[in-house]
Amino acid sequence: MIRYIIRRLLQVIPVFLGTTLLVYYMVFALPGDPIAALFGDRQPPQSVIDALRNQYNLDQPFWVQYGLFLKNLFTFNLGVDFTQQPIAATLARIFPVTAMLAIEALIIQAVFGVLFGVFAGLRKGKLFDSTVLVASLVVIAVPTFVLGFVFQLVFGVQLGWAKPTVGASANWGNLILPAVVLGLVSFAYVLRLTRTSVIENMNADYVRTATAKGLSRPRVVLAHILRNSMIPVVTYLGANLGGLMGGAIVTEGIFNVPGVGNKLYQAVQRGEGPTVVAIVSVLVLVFVVANLLVDLLYAWLDPRIRYE
Amino acid sequence: MSTVKIEETPVQDRPILEIKDLAITFTTGAGEFKAVKNAHLSIMPGETVAIVGESGSGKSTTALAAIGLLPGNGRVTGGQILLDGEDIAHASEKRMIELRGSHIGMVPQDPMSNLNPVWKIGYQVRETLKANGRPDGPDDVARVLAEAGLPDARRRARQYPHEFSGGMRQRALIAIGLSCAPKLLIADEPTSALDVTVQRRILDHLDKMTTELGTSVLLITHDLGLAAERADKVVVMYQGNVVEAGPSLDLLRDPQHPYTRRLVESAPSLASRRIQSAKEQGIEAGDLLAPAATGRGRDDVLQVRNLRKVYKLRQGLGQSTDFAAVDDVSFSVKRGTTTAIVGESGSGKSTVAKMVLQLESPTEGQIIFDGVDTAGLKGKELFTFRRRVQPIFQDPYGSLDPMYNIYRTIEEPLRIHKIGDAASREKKVRELLDQVALPQGTMQRYPNELSGGQRQRVAIARALALDPEVIICDEAVSALDVLVQAQVLNLLTELQSELGLTYLFITHDLAVVRQIADHVCVMEKGKLVETGTTDDVFDAPQQDYTRALLNAIPGASLLLPPAVA
Repeated sequence: MIRYIIRRLLQVIPVFLGTTLLVYYMVFALPGDPIAALFGDRQPPQSVIDALRNQYNLDQPFWVQYGLFLKNLFTFNLGVDFTQQPIAATLARIFPVTAMLAIEALIIQAVFGVLFGVFAGLRKGKLFDSTVLVASLVVIAVPTFVLGFVFQLVFGVQLGWAKPTVGASANWGNLILPAVVLGLVSFAYVLRLTRTSVIENMNADYVRTATAKGLSRPRVVLAHILRNSMIPVVTYLGANLGGLMGGAIVTEGIFNVPGVGNKLYQAVQRGEGPTVVAIVSVLVLVFVVANLLVDLLYAWLDPRIRYE
Repeated sequence: MSTVKIEETPVQDRPILEIKDLAITFTTGAGEFKAVKNAHLSIMPGETVAIVGESGSGKSTTALAAIGLLPGNGRVTGGQILLDGEDIAHASEKRMIELRGSHIGMVPQDPMSNLNPVWKIGYQVRETLKANGRPDGPDDVARVLAEAGLPDARRRARQYPHEFSGGMRQRALIAIGLSCAPKLLIADEPTSALDVTVQRRILDHLDKMTTELGTSVLLITHDLGLAAERADKVVVMYQGNVVEAGPSLDLLRDPQHPYTRRLVESAPSLASRRIQSAKEQGIEAGDLLAPAATGRGRDDVLQVRNLRKVYKLRQGLGQSTDFAAVDDVSFSVKRGTTTAIVGESGSGKSTVAKMVLQLESPTEGQIIFDGVDTAGLKGKELFTFRRRVQPIFQDPYGSLDPMYNIYRTIEEPLRIHKIGDAASREKKVRELLDQVALPQGTMQRYPNELSGGQRQRVAIARALALDPEVIICDEAVSALDVLVQAQVLNLLTELQSELGLTYLFITHDLAVVRQIADHVCVMEKGKLVETGTTDDVFDAPQQDYTRALLNAIPGASLLLPPAVA
């Protein structure tokens, strides 16, 4: 088991090098000169441009730039972005915000998705089931930006239940509204996945045997239907956590959340290679760890799966 | 309250379970379906009663109703189910939960799917004890498992179902079913998924346990031989009705209802001779087939010499041990005859079949087909070989492509081997359907519209399409009900005498061997332990293992009048 975890963590190295190289190259290949863009219509003196180019190693060929980036990364020196802010400080600012948002969204989709899914599955074909199914279809069909603006208007502005925008004051409470919007779409998928899985397991032979043993209905549902049904759901949720941590550009945009999505979008637009790659590097780690956790959880849920 | 009842009627005089005029209806998308129309039976304390019938006869449905486990779309529409005098046909779920486990236990059919894969065996025993208010400490769990004949129970309780063999799982399920000493145990085909020898040991143990506990048993089975051997009374069900009931031996010796008679006649475990076709008229197989045989090549169509197959079993990182699935097996098959390879699961019999079919390559040894070593076959030669040797597999549900209609299924080998044109292929398919006694209208249907027996006929027609010389039947009738099994075996015998086919029959079922084979090869743990003609092996088995296999055939010890046997 330990050996398996170590092996999985070692896999991070090639994945990390591959992704950073790819992302670095794509930012490098973006058309337009990032330094020129910094100054807009004004034409800065050539000496300023040269100094800036030199500071960001933009005067070097691609491989040298990438090499220098890696060297700085391993010496924990991420440098500064085009506004002279230390990138490390930016990361320390944006990731906690997105993490809070992601965790809230994940909890919302996991708790409500599983709860509704189990009840719908157990009452297959009944009114509750049909209603939930149709409602989830509606949620899936409506695009996030529509949902986001509607929620912002209704709950933020008209009802005043939550702050319509988050801004600088990102905390658990203020992030609930964007988290609901972010969580809703996956909530619908979690619900449907849970429902299908529950229906499948409900008819399993061992569930009938469990009932024949004289177990009460709640016990049969909890011990024999729910745990077995969670296996595909956990896989989906784990994969989703990675996605959520990558930041939700649309949702973060609507609610003005100072998180990863927002920052990444800005950095890409400005052609700030170092910032983009720094963010992506962290995301790679997050993805790998999230997937590892899913696999471990998977083995815990299903003892037939054993890692060596 | 119960003491009052006992005074009224002494316990031993009242049946523990009495089913009267039971009717059960399923509501499906296609309307109402009456699965059980009129079932009645009674079981006295300590008695074992078997319900016998084919799939769809309503036997399992009747049993499930007795423990209140009908599927959601099924309901009791008439009659009574009296458990110790109390009508539970419409009992509340609360009452049923009280009764299940402690009053009525169940041992289900398939040990592979009836234990929850995510919980340890011990946990699954413990929750049963706990739910029924019995002591549930580790000692109690271990005791329950040990009583069901599970060795090293304490350690075994900490293992998961996938770490158990099929027989051990069934023991665990028996342990669970009997853990709370119920008065009635419903055993639904408890051993049909197991090897005969394991089946025998488990049934013996179940007998012993229920006798000790004084538990009554309702045994559901499709095997009349097994029912007669294990039960005091047999109830025969057919299309939702009880058609006949009575003490086991009486019913077997003097069946009254035509359906029971057919069952008795075709029960493989009771039949004692090979199915005769042309041979019935006193013509020896060799004589009859001689012309065909000389026309088609050598007499020893298939020779297997010192065959060995070694698999590497992985044991942790980079290490492996050799496992000989097949070890030094030699035999030869004469043209126009049937050779059966028998053995338990894991004996290597299917591996031999796969190697003969060239689906696996041997580690050592030779397979000589019609005088040519098959090891050197490549490309076109292999293609020709495949045309001459065809398989029929066990599962008629899995071996037919559900997206192909029957015409396409049977025609496909002809098309692949580029035989004839569209018109002649269609003619051939029609002939083949005639040969396997399927109506020509079947051509446009799909596998899911056919019954198991019909599908196996389609599989046979497909195997025959290329006019093969040898057909390898890998457990070809094991998945079928006895009556259907008998029909398919008869068909295979007819086809053999018509077409001069050679069969290599892989099976775990010695009863089937007796009906169809001329020669028998008995395999144990990869080795060939005994060979001989079917009569010799059955009448005078030389090896202990063979004797154990023969004794394990249910009903083998029952004496029947010659008219039936």
